[in-house]
Amino acid sequence: MTVETKLPYDKDYINQFSQDRSEPEWMQVLRLKALELADTLEMPKPDKTKIGKWNFSHFKHSAQGEKISSLDNLPVEIQDFLDKENKSENLLIQRNHSVAYASLSNELKDKGVIFTDIFTALNEHEDLVKRYYMKDAVSVDEHRLTALHAALMNGGVFVYVPKNVQLEVPLQVIFWQEDPELAMFNHVLVVADDNSSLTYVENYISNNNEKQTVANIVTEVVAHNNAKISFGAVDNFAEGTTTYINRRGVAYRDASIDWALGQMNDGNTVSENVTHLVGDNSNSNAKAVSVGRGKQTQNFTAKIVHFGKQSEGYILQHGVMKDSASTIFNGIGKIEHGASKSNAEQESRVLMLSEKARGDANPILLIDEDDVTAGHAASVGRVDPLQLYYLMSRGITQKEAERLIIHGFLAPVVSQLPIESVKEQLTQVIERKVY
Amino acid sequence: MAGSTLEIKNLHVSIEDKEILKGVNLTIKGGEFHAVMGPNGTGKSTLASAIMGHPKYEVTEGSVLLDGEDVLEMEVDERARAGLFLGMQYPSEISGVTTSDFLRSSINARREEGDEIPLMKFIKEMDSALDYLEIDKNMAQRYLNEGFSGGEKKRNEILQLMMIKPEIAILDEIDSGLDIDALKVVSKGINKLRDENFGCLIITHYQRLLNYITPDVVHVMMQGRVVKSGGPELAQRLEAEGYDWIKEELGIEDETIEQNA
Ligand SMILES: Nc1ncnc2c1ncn2[C@@H]1O[C@H](COP(=O)(O)OP(=O)(O)OP(=O)(O)O)[C@@H](O)[C@H]1O
Ligand SMILES: [Mg+2]
Repeated sequence: MTVETKLPYDKDYINQFSQDRSEPEWMQVLRLKALELADTLEMPKPDKTKIGKWNFSHFKHSAQGEKISSLDNLPVEIQDFLDKENKSENLLIQRNHSVAYASLSNELKDKGVIFTDIFTALNEHEDLVKRYYMKDAVSVDEHRLTALHAALMNGGVFVYVPKNVQLEVPLQVIFWQEDPELAMFNHVLVVADDNSSLTYVENYISNNNEKQTVANIVTEVVAHNNAKISFGAVDNFAEGTTTYINRRGVAYRDASIDWALGQMNDGNTVSENVTHLVGDNSNSNAKAVSVGRGKQTQNFTAKIVHFGKQSEGYILQHGVMKDSASTIFNGIGKIEHGASKSNAEQESRVLMLSEKARGDANPILLIDEDDVTAGHAASVGRVDPLQLYYLMSRGITQKEAERLIIHGFLAPVVSQLPIESVKEQLTQVIERKVY
Repeated sequence: MAGSTLEIKNLHVSIEDKEILKGVNLTIKGGEFHAVMGPNGTGKSTLASAIMGHPKYEVTEGSVLLDGEDVLEMEVDERARAGLFLGMQYPSEISGVTTSDFLRSSINARREEGDEIPLMKFIKEMDSALDYLEIDKNMAQRYLNEGFSGGEKKRNEILQLMMIKPEIAILDEIDSGLDIDALKVVSKGINKLRDENFGCLIITHYQRLLNYITPDVVHVMMQGRVVKSGGPELAQRLEAEGYDWIKEELGIEDETIEQNA
């Protein structure tokens, strides 16, 4: 079985692309090497989902987006996501591949916080980016899509919080794919140095219902000793976008990485969210919710790997399936030898709203150490008739009762998102998708 | 105008093809408090569930009318909006839905679209009901019944009762699992609703509750029927003597529901 991978983008194109952005040489070298690898490596093989026929090669690689003079000039649908409470003082809007808007409070600048697009970071903070870019979290050579990502990376952000700096307000990024054919090869790199803490929230938005394109996104999140990262996301690519999104975290000693992912794409999607608990006493809460509708096929993997002693990992995945959508939820808790006194828990639940939908929850525990605790719960089912009865017995209509139950089912992530407007937007996206 | 009337006539109810209720007759009018007592497994909860429209119970014969309207033709939510309320023996847990959101939806379900209860007014009403029932304000923001203790669930049912203000309420063992103080508070809540527009059917095993909420009529259920009715003194006698004298009086050997009784 061979997959069509002939890309309209070759060595010369990539060289030029890199030069146009005055990238450091190592970046150019990395891209070219990745392009070669992309030819030889296999596609990833998400468990129980065949992606052989998915579109990963038809897309437009580069397009600019206009700057925004003031946030008031944004289309309402984008404005809705802004963090009004904090006056959007730490906000970056990437429109197609241009930075349309960027703001970081002076206070954070003074503390040495870096919050900028990836190309600026490559020029202004080259060493830092080089230190982390596809090193400790995701590797270029994992499979064809990671290699393609590295070769064609065309957007993204870099976040760095220095030692001992605590961020009180969230950093927010809106990735707005305005051009319906444009591919997002976004690279997001978030680094929290020792004893620091931050909250980061990103939104992916597109409107290409008919036009086909690709999103191939790699996100690397590194929490150094005793750092705390809270990462929230709402993915909302339209039907025409085929998405591969890889979000990976590395937590060192006493560090924590919490994920709250609203996975609301309308197109075919492979999403993996993996956290490596490298340090002793590190922990991660990985929560993700999703809604599948139409004919979309999705494959979600939430995985936490324990290396450090006394590391704690908790996975929660809740999915609602309607129409003839088909989704696989893989939950993997892995405890390596030596990670004694660790705890790996997971819960995967799928709520089926139609006969034709398909939803599978695969809980997996891989344990190589005796002195640990672990547990999993998985279920695939329909709306509980007794819950419906209870709500309806108070006068609530069946439709409204189902609505409450579904929103309640997806609440673990909604309630976790740190920005009120993003919470509201996710609630509305859920509302739109479910009804 | 004085309250609603709930008429239960010759009600037969089956669950999974087993007949549980075998002809129940009862009429509850606004202003009246009725108590239903009876040994375990004699059909009390079945009666309550069938009136509300629990999906598992099938009415095979008889009728239930609310102010002359056929309740059995209505969906569960329509029954509630028509004025019925059931405080459940085992209320469901609904994860992700706060008690407060649920209550607001319940109240708004009774109002026209565009005429939803103003948020501030709702919060004020809820706070005063919470105070009245001595419930911790945090409970309103907790997920409905999730992780609630037995007593908290019962208090929450009464909170809903007080805010929804139905015409006719059926309370199924609202006193079970309550400590003495909670029992007093819950009774206080129910008594507050007492007026000529509110009728109530209280299912209980204990005279204790009836010390706080004096019933106008007491019914005894056995074998899926109401076998005896009387005044408050009937409950006192049951408390003192148990059910044997009724069984003797009526010649009943096994009070539970027998397949071919
Ligand atoms: N799902 C069911 N399947 C089979 N039998 C059932 C079911 N639910 C109830 N029953 C039976 O119906 C009968 C009446 O039950 P019901 O709950 O109405 O009793 P009750 O009078 O409320 O008892 P208690 O005082 O213990 O609450 C019992 O024999 C019970 O076992
Ligand atoms: Mg009962």
